Amino acid sequence: MTETASVIPWLSFLTFSPLIGVLLIILRRAMSREDEREAVDLAAKRVALLTTSLAFIVSLVVYFFEYDTSLEGFQLVESAAWIGSGIGYKMGVDGASILFVLLTTFIMPICIIASWNSINKRVSDYMIAFLILETMMIGVFCALDLVLFYVFFEGSLIPMCIIIGVWGSEGERTFMGRIIKNRVYASFKFFLYTLLGSLLMLVALIWMYLFSGSVLPDGPTTDIPTLLSAVDFPGGAQTWLWLAFFASFAVKMPMWPVHTWLPDAHVQAPTAGSVVLAAILLKMGGYGFIRFSLPMFPIASDFFAPLVFALSVIAIIYTSLVAFAQEDMKKLIAYSSVAHMGFVTMGIFSGTEEGVEGALFQMLSHGFISGALFLCVGVVYDRMHTREIAAYGGLVQRMPFYAFFFMFFTMGNVGLPGISGFVGEMLTMVGVYKVSTWTAALAAVGLILSAAYGLRLYREVIFGTITREPLQAITDVNRKEAAMLLVLMIAALYLGLNPTPTLDVFSPAVDTVLNRYDAALTAVAN
Amino acid sequence: MEPFVVLLPLFGALLAMPAGKLVSARFAELLTTALVGLAAIYSWYLFIDIGLGHNARDAALLFTWIASGNFVAEWAVRLDTMTAVMLVVVNTVSFLVHFYSIGYMHDDKSRPRFFAYLSLFTFAMLTLVTADNFIQLFFGWEAVGLASYLLIGFYHHKKSANDAAIKAFVVNRVGDFGFALGIMAIYFVFGSVEFDSVFDAIRTDAVVTPFAFSEGGNIRDLSINFLGSNVHALTLIGVLLFIGAMGKSAQFILHTWLPDAMEGPTPVSALIHAATMVTAGVFLVCRCSVIYEYAPTAAAMVTFVGASTAFFAATVGLLQDDIKKVIAYSTCSQLGYMFFAAGLGAYGAAMFHLFTHAFFKALLFLCAGSVIHAMHHEQDMKKYGGLRGVQPYTYVMMFIGTIAITGVGFPFLYDIAGFPVGTAGFASKDAIIESAYAAGEAGRAFGFYAFGMGLIAAVMTSFYSWRLMFLTFHGKPRAPEEVMKHPHSVPDWMLAPLAVLAVGALVAGMMFYPHFTGKKGDAFWDGAIYQSFGYESSYAYKETGDADGAISGDYAAAEEQYADEAHASDKAHGDDHGGHKLPTWVLYSPLVAMLIGLFGAWMHYMRGGDPLRPGLLKPGGVIHDFLKNKWYVDEVYRFLFLRPAQRLGRALWKGGDGRIIDGLGPDGISGLAGIGSRLIVKLQSGYIYHYAFAMLLGIALILFFVLTGGGQ
Repeated sequence: MTETASVIPWLSFLTFSPLIGVLLIILRRAMSREDEREAVDLAAKRVALLTTSLAFIVSLVVYFFEYDTSLEGFQLVESAAWIGSGIGYKMGVDGASILFVLLTTFIMPICIIASWNSINKRVSDYMIAFLILETMMIGVFCALDLVLFYVFFEGSLIPMCIIIGVWGSEGERTFMGRIIKNRVYASFKFFLYTLLGSLLMLVALIWMYLFSGSVLPDGPTTDIPTLLSAVDFPGGAQTWLWLAFFASFAVKMPMWPVHTWLPDAHVQAPTAGSVVLAAILLKMGGYGFIRFSLPMFPIASDFFAPLVFALSVIAIIYTSLVAFAQEDMKKLIAYSSVAHMGFVTMGIFSGTEEGVEGALFQMLSHGFISGALFLCVGVVYDRMHTREIAAYGGLVQRMPFYAFFFMFFTMGNVGLPGISGFVGEMLTMVGVYKVSTWTAALAAVGLILSAAYGLRLYREVIFGTITREPLQAITDVNRKEAAMLLVLMIAALYLGLNPTPTLDVFSPAVDTVLNRYDAALTAVAN
Repeated sequence: MEPFVVLLPLFGALLAMPAGKLVSARFAELLTTALVGLAAIYSWYLFIDIGLGHNARDAALLFTWIASGNFVAEWAVRLDTMTAVMLVVVNTVSFLVHFYSIGYMHDDKSRPRFFAYLSLFTFAMLTLVTADNFIQLFFGWEAVGLASYLLIGFYHHKKSANDAAIKAFVVNRVGDFGFALGIMAIYFVFGSVEFDSVFDAIRTDAVVTPFAFSEGGNIRDLSINFLGSNVHALTLIGVLLFIGAMGKSAQFILHTWLPDAMEGPTPVSALIHAATMVTAGVFLVCRCSVIYEYAPTAAAMVTFVGASTAFFAATVGLLQDDIKKVIAYSTCSQLGYMFFAAGLGAYGAAMFHLFTHAFFKALLFLCAGSVIHAMHHEQDMKKYGGLRGVQPYTYVMMFIGTIAITGVGFPFLYDIAGFPVGTAGFASKDAIIESAYAAGEAGRAFGFYAFGMGLIAAVMTSFYSWRLMFLTFHGKPRAPEEVMKHPHSVPDWMLAPLAVLAVGALVAGMMFYPHFTGKKGDAFWDGAIYQSFGYESSYAYKETGDADGAISGDYAAAEEQYADEAHASDKAHGDDHGGHKLPTWVLYSPLVAMLIGLFGAWMHYMRGGDPLRPGLLKPGGVIHDFLKNKWYVDEVYRFLFLRPAQRLGRALWKGGDGRIIDGLGPDGISGLAGIGSRLIVKLQSGYIYHYAFAMLLGIALILFFVLTGGGQ
């Protein structure tokens, strides 16, 4: 595993730069008087926007000037002593992760802007939570040490839970005989699912650490490049390790049947929370599969591929049907996310170049498209304070630009060629067809279903005539909203019309992973 | 230069809305129309240069679209005769429809949007026909579907329009399901999605090695596994692609969206749902002719479905009262003709009918639009009658359209003139019906079935077409008096394009017969279609291993080869018109069929008083109701698919996600342990940061392990 070190700690700076913003916000708050809350809030928003924008610019600089897309292996590697005993602080990126770093830094300023007017309580806390979340998310994609990865991976849960639990929507339900807030239920469900998954991963991680000590001359390590290149886990153990990692990543994706936290979390989360959840947090699962499961446990990956195919196909068909029955806009889009992630898991475990590249591409594309769809819901939610589909109808009469953007992203979600969603779906299906025609054929049913629920949502919300009085005065997207949607549209269109440069970025990393995967399988076959 | 033939309409689509906003709606209309007009002129130049002048071009590759592993698809502009024919059809009809729409839509507020959609459609259709690989073809395929969806639902305040739009998109997606799988199968087998590599492999019977096969085999005999069973690769691919074609071209069982699509503005029906988009399926099958020639079962399916649709749609067309629905079912039926011709190997005849049909069907729709416009947007023919006096010009144009679709011509003049003397529809439909007979004689599957269905459908085509004419233009007026007195005046914008199309409907058959299916066929098609069998057979070159000549455009060599083979096949089939061995009754049968239909319509609608009186099929009778309800296909679908899907969705949501997964999962577990409620109380009281604590515990656990056990 080649590693190219970096003199300047770009990735560390990138990862922790949001914390500078956190510090500034805390300082500003500490130095202010009680009656200055509004000024503090505004300052917090500005700081957050500036910090996230800075991170975005830095990530662009890193990508265009420091990162070499043609190289295999990890780049911009930096390491430092941390815990010791083979557990160090190590950062680095390769083709499978660099674009997700960019996606994160790209989405964050949009989230801050989207929250500008819609978050009114505890604004500075909110901004702090988002900035910490950004650090965690970038960290996940940059970490080259298992423990460091685990810290970031789990760490991202905390701010997300808080965002849902504190700034989520109103509404109550009965649960265990008590009346509780929906958002708390959702946040709790999110927490419970993810924690259970990650505890298993933690156990596996410790086992891997100990095992590496028995095969490596330098003692045990959690160094990811070393584990990838120098450690072959025995076949039997791979099964358990794979399952343990799977428990964690499958929840994150989420895969059927551990997906039910997602609709609740999305519905309750504030708009920006949904955006970041759909655009980035879900991608950590897929990233984990590609970074760990496939190359570190190739034999188990091959063995369990049929299971993953079955769950993926069920996810695609089942959640699409469920999406069709939804009455809440966000829930519908959340279920459609589960279906789209089905393509990702299916592509990854096809173990083919098309499949894995398609899966990475689908994750990237879904980040733009579903993020934009949640923003679209946010636009009308801010105006009408309801997400119920039946409360809308005929919006095109009053909001032509909104109707245009919504149409574009609906079509993106439906997988129309020319928009990014198609490339990922097609490549994953092409990849999986090579190993299982049943999976490909059943996944292709998703083409029909996604059109059915997507267009139904669009018709109910946008088309028709305005019959509800409050909608008569609804206003079209403002400049800020239009700018955000336009940027996402350009991104989705660029990826859809010219995906090759992006696929080329993935390619070296995917080759590395698959070489290892194929080599292991060939070794077993012989 | 060539890419501009595709890009000009795109510019129009992008500029229409801004132009409408910044300058005026009229400017937007003129701009888009002019751009498509330029593209049309350029298409004709290319058609003449490529088809008649035999200057085929290499595909212009713009840039690589998708490249992942071996999966490579380019953005390309392929220019061979197939493409050139389609370019002419698409751009010409599109230009005329743009032009016509300036008049038709003159009082609509969102005209720039309408023109943007029309141009967008045109662009999408052009990318489809100029594709050099299956992925770009699929791009165009889906993009025309989008444009069709947008245009069917153009009056988006109408519920029926929205329903129809969604139905069109979703039913098409059912077809796309097959198409997408077909593409996957192609890539699996050939390791490529480029036309040339796929088609060349079949032409030369190359050895291909599908993914993970230890050894390959000759493609024509290769079998692969699909859904657990071993199937002939080319048959599988042919069938899957045809499922896509069935959706787009509204063939039986996937046809239900087309009649509903008439909710769109009439110019849209003319352009998309008659002349161009719906023929994309036929184009696909002809483009893949080489696949179907070596997949006899798939070809038989094409024939069977096509012939059955020709018959089915014609029966339903008999009883429709909505003027647009009659023409819609007629379109469905005519597409059936094209398909069975293609299925029988007469690709030239199929493309010829596609070409002529574009002219007369667009003409019929635009005439219908003129009638509807004048009649204050009334579409029910029962409320027409006697419009001859009110719209003499439209009457003449529609008459021309009708004689074209019913196939009025003079078969006995063939030997004198050397080409079929008659309307466009006569030339192309006769070519199809006769090749069906010849195919039947040669033993092709369903040849005689198609011949029979084609003839019966021809009788019905003639009946419903003349019924439409008689009910609309003849007899006593049945419209309210004030409508008859003050019909909307039809602007000249709308009338001019009719004349152009009428000329095409009259002479396109005679002019281009020799090229499409006649003696000049070999040189005209120049290898763009692959034909092992055809009506005139003179261009039906059989594979001898020297396919290179045809592919590289080496006409001299290829023509010589064709000539030799034509001679040989003349002996075999003996069916060249010159020394024609087809029985005389076969040659005259289409004309007789037309006359029977005309006679029936005449007797019922022109004679014997009230044209609306019950005829042979009495309302309330089984057959009448069966046809009137369109064979109950929609009802069956609602029962079989739509309702179960809705119910299943709800059941999975409430039962699966709610009761089972959540009930046994998070809700159940937390309920059992009682931790749920305790934790939640804490959350309620605001101690959110407990989460943070839980996470820290996890990290602490790692540290503990590291520092105690692992670090030794």
